[in-house]
Amino acid sequence: MDAPLPPAVDRAAFEAALDAFAGVVGHEWVFRSHEDVALYRDAYSPAWGEAEELLPSAAIAPATVEEVQAIVRLANTHQVPLYPISTGKNLAYGGSAPAQSGTVVLDLKRMNRIIEVNEKQGYCLVEPGVSYYDLYAYLQENGIKLWIDVPDPGWGSVIGNALDKGSGYTTPQFRAHFDAHCGMEVVLADGEVLRTGTGGVPGSKTWQSFKMGLGPVIDGLFVHSNYGIVTKMGFWLMPEPEAYLEGIVDFQHFDDLIPLIDEWSYLENSRIISGYPDFQSPIFGTPGMSGMVDMLCDGPGQPDAEYLALMARGAEPEDYEPYALAHGIPFWRMRFVYYGPKRVIAEQWAYTQQRYRAAVPDVRFADGDSYDFPIDRDMAKQLKNAPLLGVPNMKTFSLGARAAWNPAEPSRGHAWTTLLLPHDGRELIKANRILNKALKDAGIFSGFTFNTPFNNWERVLKFVVIFQISQDPEENRKLREAMPKIFAIAAENGWAEYRTHTMFQDALRSTYAFNDHVVPRFHDRLKDALDPNGILAPGRYGIFPRHMRKEKGA
Amino acid sequence: MTQPSDDYDAAARVALFQRGRAVYDKWCAPAHDPIADHPGTAALAAKYGGEKPPALLDRDDLTAERIREVVRGGVSVMPFFRKTEISDADLEALIAFLTDKGPA
Repeated sequence: MDAPLPPAVDRAAFEAALDAFAGVVGHEWVFRSHEDVALYRDAYSPAWGEAEELLPSAAIAPATVEEVQAIVRLANTHQVPLYPISTGKNLAYGGSAPAQSGTVVLDLKRMNRIIEVNEKQGYCLVEPGVSYYDLYAYLQENGIKLWIDVPDPGWGSVIGNALDKGSGYTTPQFRAHFDAHCGMEVVLADGEVLRTGTGGVPGSKTWQSFKMGLGPVIDGLFVHSNYGIVTKMGFWLMPEPEAYLEGIVDFQHFDDLIPLIDEWSYLENSRIISGYPDFQSPIFGTPGMSGMVDMLCDGPGQPDAEYLALMARGAEPEDYEPYALAHGIPFWRMRFVYYGPKRVIAEQWAYTQQRYRAAVPDVRFADGDSYDFPIDRDMAKQLKNAPLLGVPNMKTFSLGARAAWNPAEPSRGHAWTTLLLPHDGRELIKANRILNKALKDAGIFSGFTFNTPFNNWERVLKFVVIFQISQDPEENRKLREAMPKIFAIAAENGWAEYRTHTMFQDALRSTYAFNDHVVPRFHDRLKDALDPNGILAPGRYGIFPRHMRKEKGA
Repeated sequence: MTQPSDDYDAAARVALFQRGRAVYDKWCAPAHDPIADHPGTAALAAKYGGEKPPALLDRDDLTAERIREVVRGGVSVMPFFRKTEISDADLEALIAFLTDKGPA
């Protein structure tokens, strides 16, 4: 890989800019050698080693807000763009590589202070380099009875994940990571520092407690954007509950999908169910969240001849029902989680059963795992579904890795698309029919006869399509061609997607087409006002500064 | 370089080993500790099929060269690590820890 230069910057000017940056952070923290810059490539790039791969030119790692401000001012002077990363663990969405080749990565990993944790009021204030593991360890070591909400991999940045619209697995208000934030500090493109919410009042005592402040609420402008560099962020944290209870509900019939989801909507929107609703299909072998690690490590079950015959003739999902009934295999399974006082959650589970028994008479129930808190750290390490208990882990990395059951070469990573469906079983059936066909047409193996949703966001179903990154450029080319097609087909059906790999952000943006793409155009107007020199992350989520939009012919 | 030798200062060696253990605990253990469903452990169990132990802590054949290659080059779904995560000095300490199972 040859490191590219920023657009319209020659080698001498670039080296002069790096020297100027080194005057701020020290030569040790300006990475410009081939070997050091290569560590900022996207390890999961769908164009690894090809001309289309997005590549950094250099990297700088400041340690303080003041250093970030100084670098931003120099970047304006030298017209050298910066791509801020928190910990750069955004694998599958672009990792640490910039959205436009040649941008200098601004690595905030060294800004790793946990500035405050307030146990009584249930919040923290952290810097971008703080990972979920760091925050978890801090709470444990200090005996603070607060939980964090973690996404699948625990080594990412608490701030970075929220700014990338990440999500986790505890209660709805905490598992939506941006929604759980309260107060930001941002370095703007001209080097000024801004604090959102009541942080606008010097000495405010509610910066981490009241989200709105005065006037327009601007926190969202710094999400999926390139209008500023977030250097601090507050988050609300959940008090450790007294207990955890899991209730399992099994459904026998394909058509039960409709009341299954309707009742779940009521129970979750009423906060009867407080934890992550895990959706599995035993008949189709979809593992949901809680069966994923076992499936990745141990492989899917071996189907018998009768089942293989159904697969071979391309049977519709509903055609599997006689087989399921004859073999006593549930069609659908929900695992509901409840947190709280033991007496309360026992009642919530009982009420869940009452609602489902009324809606689907032959539904079946079983008790799942239960825990009383606190649990000790050794037990926490062994947890199968650690994120359901706010414990960081890395088990998701078995996805695409070498496994005893799978003789295939391990992948080089993965990418996703996550299409948002309304909370309605009919739409889930329709999405399976349309999207599975689209994937098949694109030559992409979609995995299951029927794709069951992930449910980190309340009120929508996440229809997740996983793409494996291959060692074979031809396979990766297929992926790169398929992704925009899937966005377009989904958009035609009213299924929006909200987050994607840097390589596909432009394509995804084009689906936000209402009123001649007014939202993307509004984003561009903000860019021109807030960062006229275009020195912050050009191309992130398709937002380019004016001079690069012209080059793109837009 | 920090390869232990006969005249290597014992206190420095202990300090290096402890630093290496801290690097292992932070960056390697979540995937490679001796727990069957940890992703690195599961993948290496599949790779070696019993010929070598799946957990890094149980290996006695790891070389400095191989550790450097994997940490800075990645392998399969394991990405490489930047120097703001694992510095060159951290990497040498990790090598000391993984290749020399403990101060005598």
